[in-house]
Amino acid sequence: MAMNYNAKDEVDGGPPGAPGGTTKTRRPDNTAFKQQRLPAWQPFLTAGTVLPTFFIIGLIFIPIGIGIFVTSNNIREIEIDYTGIEPSSPCNKCLSPVSTPCICTINFTLEKSFEGNVFMYYGLSNFYQNHRRYVKSRDDSQLNGDRSALLNPSKECEPYRRNEDKPIAPCGAIANSMFNDTLELFLVANESDPTLTLIPLKRKGIAWWTDKNVKFRNPPGTESLKERFKDTTNPVNWLKPVYELDPEDEDNNGFINEDFIVWMRTAALPTFRKLYRLIERKNDLHPTLPAGRYYLNITYNYPVHSFDGRKRMILSTVSWMGGKNPFLGIAYITIGSISFLLGVVLLVINHKYRNSNNTADITI
Amino acid sequence: MQRESESTEEPEPPGRRRRRREGRTRTVRSNLLPPPSAEDSVAGATKGERLQRLGCVQHVADNRLKTTKYTLLSFLPKNLFEQFHRLANVYFVFIALLNFVPAVNAFQPGLALAPVLFILAVTAFKDLWEDYSRYRSDHEINHLGCLVFSREEKKYVNRFWKEIHVGDFVRLRCNEIIPADILLLSSSDPDGLCHIETANLDGETNLKRRQVVRGFSELVSEFNPLTFTSVIECEKPNNDLTRFRGCIIHDNGKKAGLYKENLLLRGCTIRNTEAVVGIVIYAGHETKALLNNSGPRYKRSQLERQMNCDVLWCVLLLVCMSLFSAVGHGLWMQRYQDKKALFDVPESDGSSLSPVTAAVYSFLTMIIVLQVLIPISLYVSIEIVKVCQVYFINQDIELYDEETDSQLQCRALNITEDLGQIQYIFSDKTGTLTENKMVFRRCTVSGIEYSHDANAQRLARYQEADSEEEEVPRGGSSQRGSIGSHQSIRILHRSQSTKSYWRTGSRAEAKRASVLSKHTAFSSPMEKDITPDPKLLEKVNECDKYLAISRHQEHPLAQLSPELSDVFDFFIALTICNTVVVTSPDQPRQKVRVRFELKSPVKTIEDFLRRFTPSRLTSGCSSIGSLATNKSSHKSGCSFMSTLSNDSMLFRLEERLGQPTPAIASNGYSSPADSWEPEYPQEPQPKQELRFEAESPDEAALVYAAKAYNCALVDRLHDQVSVELPHLGRLTFELLHTLGFDSIRKRMSVVIRHPLTDEINVYTKGADSVVMDLLLPCSSDDARGQHQNKIRSKTQNYLNLYAMEGLRTLCIAKRVLSKEEYACWLQSHLEAESSVDNREELLFQSAIRLETNLHLLGATGIEDRLQDGVPETITKLRQAGLQIWVLTGDKQETAINIAYACKLLDHDEEVITLNAESQEACAALLDQCLHHVQSRGSYTPEKTESCVNVGFSSLYLASATSTVSGPSPSLVIDGRSLAYALDKNLEDKFLFLAKQCRSVLCCRSTPLQKSMVVKLVRSKLKAMTLAIGDGANDVSMIQVADVGVGISGQEGMQAVMASDFAVPRFRYLERLLIVHGHWCYSRLANMVLYFFYKNTMFVGLLFWFQFYCGFSASAMIDQWYLIFFNLLFSSLPQLVTGVLDKNVPAHVLLLKPQLYKSGQNREEYRPRAFWLNMVDAAFQSLICFFIPYLAYYDSDVDMFTWGTPITAIALFTFLLHLGIETKTWTWLNWTACVFSIFLFFTVALIYNASCATCYPPSNPYWTMQALLGDPVFYLICLIAPITALLPRLFFRALQGSLFPTQLQLARQSAKKYPKKPETTKETLAQKHFPGDTKTELSEGMNTSPFETLSKDCASEASQHTQQPSCSPKTNREPSTVDISVPLREDTVLEDLGAQAPGSSRPDEAVLEACPENSKRKPTSSSQEAPLPSLFNLPSFSSLNWISSLSLVSGLGSVLQLSRSSLQMDKQDGEFLSTPPQPDQDLHGLQGQATDYF
Repeated sequence: MAMNYNAKDEVDGGPPGAPGGTTKTRRPDNTAFKQQRLPAWQPFLTAGTVLPTFFIIGLIFIPIGIGIFVTSNNIREIEIDYTGIEPSSPCNKCLSPVSTPCICTINFTLEKSFEGNVFMYYGLSNFYQNHRRYVKSRDDSQLNGDRSALLNPSKECEPYRRNEDKPIAPCGAIANSMFNDTLELFLVANESDPTLTLIPLKRKGIAWWTDKNVKFRNPPGTESLKERFKDTTNPVNWLKPVYELDPEDEDNNGFINEDFIVWMRTAALPTFRKLYRLIERKNDLHPTLPAGRYYLNITYNYPVHSFDGRKRMILSTVSWMGGKNPFLGIAYITIGSISFLLGVVLLVINHKYRNSNNTADITI
Repeated sequence: MQRESESTEEPEPPGRRRRRREGRTRTVRSNLLPPPSAEDSVAGATKGERLQRLGCVQHVADNRLKTTKYTLLSFLPKNLFEQFHRLANVYFVFIALLNFVPAVNAFQPGLALAPVLFILAVTAFKDLWEDYSRYRSDHEINHLGCLVFSREEKKYVNRFWKEIHVGDFVRLRCNEIIPADILLLSSSDPDGLCHIETANLDGETNLKRRQVVRGFSELVSEFNPLTFTSVIECEKPNNDLTRFRGCIIHDNGKKAGLYKENLLLRGCTIRNTEAVVGIVIYAGHETKALLNNSGPRYKRSQLERQMNCDVLWCVLLLVCMSLFSAVGHGLWMQRYQDKKALFDVPESDGSSLSPVTAAVYSFLTMIIVLQVLIPISLYVSIEIVKVCQVYFINQDIELYDEETDSQLQCRALNITEDLGQIQYIFSDKTGTLTENKMVFRRCTVSGIEYSHDANAQRLARYQEADSEEEEVPRGGSSQRGSIGSHQSIRILHRSQSTKSYWRTGSRAEAKRASVLSKHTAFSSPMEKDITPDPKLLEKVNECDKYLAISRHQEHPLAQLSPELSDVFDFFIALTICNTVVVTSPDQPRQKVRVRFELKSPVKTIEDFLRRFTPSRLTSGCSSIGSLATNKSSHKSGCSFMSTLSNDSMLFRLEERLGQPTPAIASNGYSSPADSWEPEYPQEPQPKQELRFEAESPDEAALVYAAKAYNCALVDRLHDQVSVELPHLGRLTFELLHTLGFDSIRKRMSVVIRHPLTDEINVYTKGADSVVMDLLLPCSSDDARGQHQNKIRSKTQNYLNLYAMEGLRTLCIAKRVLSKEEYACWLQSHLEAESSVDNREELLFQSAIRLETNLHLLGATGIEDRLQDGVPETITKLRQAGLQIWVLTGDKQETAINIAYACKLLDHDEEVITLNAESQEACAALLDQCLHHVQSRGSYTPEKTESCVNVGFSSLYLASATSTVSGPSPSLVIDGRSLAYALDKNLEDKFLFLAKQCRSVLCCRSTPLQKSMVVKLVRSKLKAMTLAIGDGANDVSMIQVADVGVGISGQEGMQAVMASDFAVPRFRYLERLLIVHGHWCYSRLANMVLYFFYKNTMFVGLLFWFQFYCGFSASAMIDQWYLIFFNLLFSSLPQLVTGVLDKNVPAHVLLLKPQLYKSGQNREEYRPRAFWLNMVDAAFQSLICFFIPYLAYYDSDVDMFTWGTPITAIALFTFLLHLGIETKTWTWLNWTACVFSIFLFFTVALIYNASCATCYPPSNPYWTMQALLGDPVFYLICLIAPITALLPRLFFRALQGSLFPTQLQLARQSAKKYPKKPETTKETLAQKHFPGDTKTELSEGMNTSPFETLSKDCASEASQHTQQPSCSPKTNREPSTVDISVPLREDTVLEDLGAQAPGSSRPDEAVLEACPENSKRKPTSSSQEAPLPSLFNLPSFSSLNWISSLSLVSGLGSVLQLSRSSLQMDKQDGEFLSTPPQPDQDLHGLQGQATDYF
């Protein structure tokens, strides 16, 4: 606006127009918007006006909370820590790095049978999958089957980008640190009969559909996976190449291996679980996992002991709201109750101070 | 042709001496001449040569105006460069660039740049738009047309302004704006004069004279540019408006000096002169006007300063968080480094980072991640909000002034919220509080007062008529015929349609204003038409007639009675003792003149002797016929014939006039109206209306007044003055000397030779205080002397009365000099005039010698009319807690009068006057005053206490202790004392004293002092200051103050150019501050707080996450959300709220100005609020983080699937928080909120579906879609925001119920009661009642809709009985009532209106109001007026009612007994619980009393 002295002001400064002519006035429009007279709702926060809100919150939250709580309580879940820190643990022997492959067996008992689909998770604790550099260390293009990215992975993958002059597929720290224990579940038929029944574990259907079908793709081509991955090498920590992850199902190999996909979805918090297998419900009326003794057979490869991590195996049924989570229900009930209480407090205040409120009004 | 003198083509051989001087001069020659280099070779210049010449002139600026900053090419670099001057921008760019470093980057580098670029782009666009509008206005100005002499066509042709070059000849006609600085070479005026109006430059509306360069004025034939061959040497362009030096060198080598009187400055307007021709000296940006125009300084608002401080806190917080995180990360690294953690990613070369390095990297990354804490969008949002606020202020229809068709202009875009925090208002007086239109109100001649009641009535009627104007048909003679003769004259004037003026009070008239007459000063009918007092008119006529008969006798005046002779002299003095210029309204207007063969003022003694030989008789040679201006007719003088014919005509007039005169005496002036009206059109030659243009409006008012008494000034030359009287005809006074007004003498005098008596008379007009001391001392022995003394004391009484009324008083006196005396004086005067050293001093002495032994003729009272609504506005502003200081250049008496008139001072309050002659005296006085004030201060509460004991309600106590603890004194200080008081040693004391005072009045202060005072208050008291003024003398103060307000339309543009806001009238200040200021402040304060809250809360989420990701500066929120969250998703609702939210509706704010104090005390945005906000933000972020955390603990959720709900929760929380903070929900608010949510989900859905492999590292493909299928997402989105906001809502409700603030109460009450009907509001805003109390009361009445809502019928009834009984009383005295109501009454009245319902208090409130009334009545009883008349007033019933109450039982005795005003004063004081006021002058009471009768 500097230097805006000008004769325009001089010229405009005068009265508008010549006499007689229709003069255009500068009178502002008298509209509700321009005069700031828009109709408006003007809530005024006092005990009296606000207390219904508190009661409503209370009345809505408490039933929801109870509902969630009940649902959550109906979920069956069993968690078995097999890190083997405790000397008594069967897996304790596997802590020493010498004994590879190390297989240990843990037995446990289900008090109640699990019905419906049962999800089998492995859980890791104190594992920072959300570390900034860790999270970045992947190449989505490579995982999407992009050929150039396959052979020339992104720099983000450093230092797990190339190994012995060959590009690593899949590259990056996430892939390199993939969970590689094998868990098997056996049902002991009954106490007297030691025959073990292998529980069938479904390897597919554990990853997001979109991940499996859109995000992750093997390099294109008609030849065998091995051919398609031929100029690459497996990650340093891996024992086998990416195209041999699932020895049983060819479609579950390469980048679209669901175990791999699940792992690549980095966990939000240092204590997390990841879906390992599905135990589908049987068609008959038998429970999916009847109560009884089970053996968990672990091929112990994954070293978490060194950084104070823990490994768990979790079996859980699901409800409409997912896995077992007592927190939400409790939270809803608590907040609902608090809200209700506050409502009562406000009610009292409103009752007590209504008069003084009005007198205060006067002394303005 | 023009060339800087350094130019090598300098024709004359440059001498050494010359050369040195050349650096400071410029040489200008005619562009019409062939170039000097070609002079000898080719005589006739060809076109090519002209071009060539133009080529070499190129380096000198042409008249093109260019105020744009950028060109198309330079825009981008220049604008970016400017933007990077802002530290914030540099910071954000730095952060964005930090992202390019791989080791620390948090976001994709390109993405990180996006917000910064966005912000830069928005700002750039704004700048571009501003620049474009500047370009457009430049373009408009550059293409204005003017007449420039063309060499090719040998005549003046129309050219654009931008095509004017230095050396061009420009011809300007009347009312044209001067396009460049032009040296005046020729004028149509016979004297070679040209009048210009410099309002655009210095704000002074009076006409200034400019003189044709010496040597050109004598030219008889018309000036021909082709013959102009002289060379002009002058200064280089500079910005000194008051200085111009140079010389013109003619062909023959003669030199003539050039002075500022020869220069026409760009921006001024030609007035009163038909046409002038000049040569352009400076053009374009070299003109003085443009050189003077530096850009306005950048002001930063108080709020912004505070905000910047808080931004620094945020930076500190950011650094702390980052540091904490960095240390945490270092420790974490140390812990896991040797443990071969699978998730630990080594460096690219395989080596692992050292913990320290990692910590450093983490620190930097954290700064990037948490950058949101420093709100990048804050500045842009604030700018947007301010622009919108400015828009709304501009659009406010109630700030639109219909008369001038102007609305409020916000010139500064960035300090709107400062309007809501003002603590001190510094106001100019003339033109700001007053209209600067003087109206003759009353006069006293030889001790007899002529009150001009009719005139007063007429003025009152004008005011009322203004508001009714629209309904009244234009030819409203039937309606107004009864008012008086002036009315018919006025109608006649209107038919001539030449003088309506845009500044007049009448709106309808303004619409008819013609462009050409628009700038004529003082031409509103209000000032011009004065209804003569019938008695006085009769006397004047009598003298006139008598003198006409006896004019050829030896001593015509001696035959008159002393009184009549005084009357005659009085009017002669009014008419000629001034510097008024007479013009006729014809188009084009010219000076009316009849040239006499008289010489200029006496130069020598011989001259004097020669001229004063009795042989020469200067008879009044009058000729109406010679009014036409024509040089030849001037020369020929006047013919005897015309004199004769004139005489005969006068006789006829006399015959006609003879008859109605008795009627005037008998029954007022309704009959003369009838007799006068037909007379005008019948006159043989329609009398030309004369227009008087004066340097000071007082003078014009007096001349117009004299004209109303048929004593009309018709002509003024530098050596003679002509006065026309109906019978005497034209009297021509030989003007011997004019001793101009100066502020020390406070008077002016003219020395004339009286045409009738041939005596030498001195007429003096001056301030009463001075003139009364200069009167000829009269012995009280003889009767004549006694009579004189009596006259004097009477006059003095009337003068005091006038002063109390707030009139500007002037005394008129006369001295008859004998020839010897004159000769004696002349001798010394001429010596003084010719002396070289201390000429001023000698002239001053000489003037003092002349102005003694005066004979008092009379006194006048002129009203400097207050602007509409000034007292109300001041009352309101006071109630709003604003301290108002008036800084005026006017004299003390006037200033005090006006201060009383506009209720700045109260008659019942103490006025401390500080007039010190020396530094020491000032110090002593200050100490004394301080002591006095302090002792008073301790005294006051006691009195309040006692008052409560008397039985006033506790309500009164509340208001008394909060608003007025007894009226605090007011301080009046004059310029000289101010200079002492502003000294370093005394300024603290002065300020302390001033702080104690209710109002401060600084008189006779220079512009510099004004600004010093403002600066002092601003810096020492750390207060927010507002300066308001209209003239050039206020510019410095306007610039210094935090907020500068200019009154537009009154005195030119200077003040407006310097101001931040320009209002059409003072009264608009009320709404501007109390409504818009409050709104702007509260909106912006809340928005800024919200911004800090929002960012802190958002950053909190990220920070808590660091505890769960090894402090690795990882973010669970997708970087896109992180970057655009503030900018897109959550910005709109807060903008809408920031622009539209109204915490209290306008009508309540106006009703309760006290609410303004919340802004002054910075209640909305104070450090406590900031930190509370931050704590709340921390709490909310904790909730919003940990509810999802716990809900998803030990689940298979991935990082971004978990982060997205958190983002959503944050958004909901923000909106709910805003919902709690928003006071008014319009559909725009709803829309904005819904739009925000909608936008977030839409963007998220699209973003999450758009690319399967993009956006590393989050790669959020199908995340949102998956979440929408997850019930937990909805569950946490429901519980988290509500939980987060429960405490806030609860505390808001508690606070609203238990400790509501004033604002909340006001809001509540506004909500309960509907807004006043629009119509009453309209009338309130536009109608202005003459009596301010009436307005106040009617305001109270207007609020009665509130009362009707009242549930408490009893209280309602009591009010209804009460109010009518109070109001009619005040209505009876419409115009001059100056009821000294302290603040209390207003509050009470408002309380009446606003708080009536549901309360048991109103009766007490009424009781409050009425004692005020009753208190006034006893006061009036001190006057000799009969008491019974008082009892006839309708309010007496209320009086009775009151006196029946025990608590005022003492009043009755007061009514009957107290006659002495002194006693009354005491009673008064006690009643009012005011402490005794020793310093108060008794005139206060007197004046107050007379107001009632």
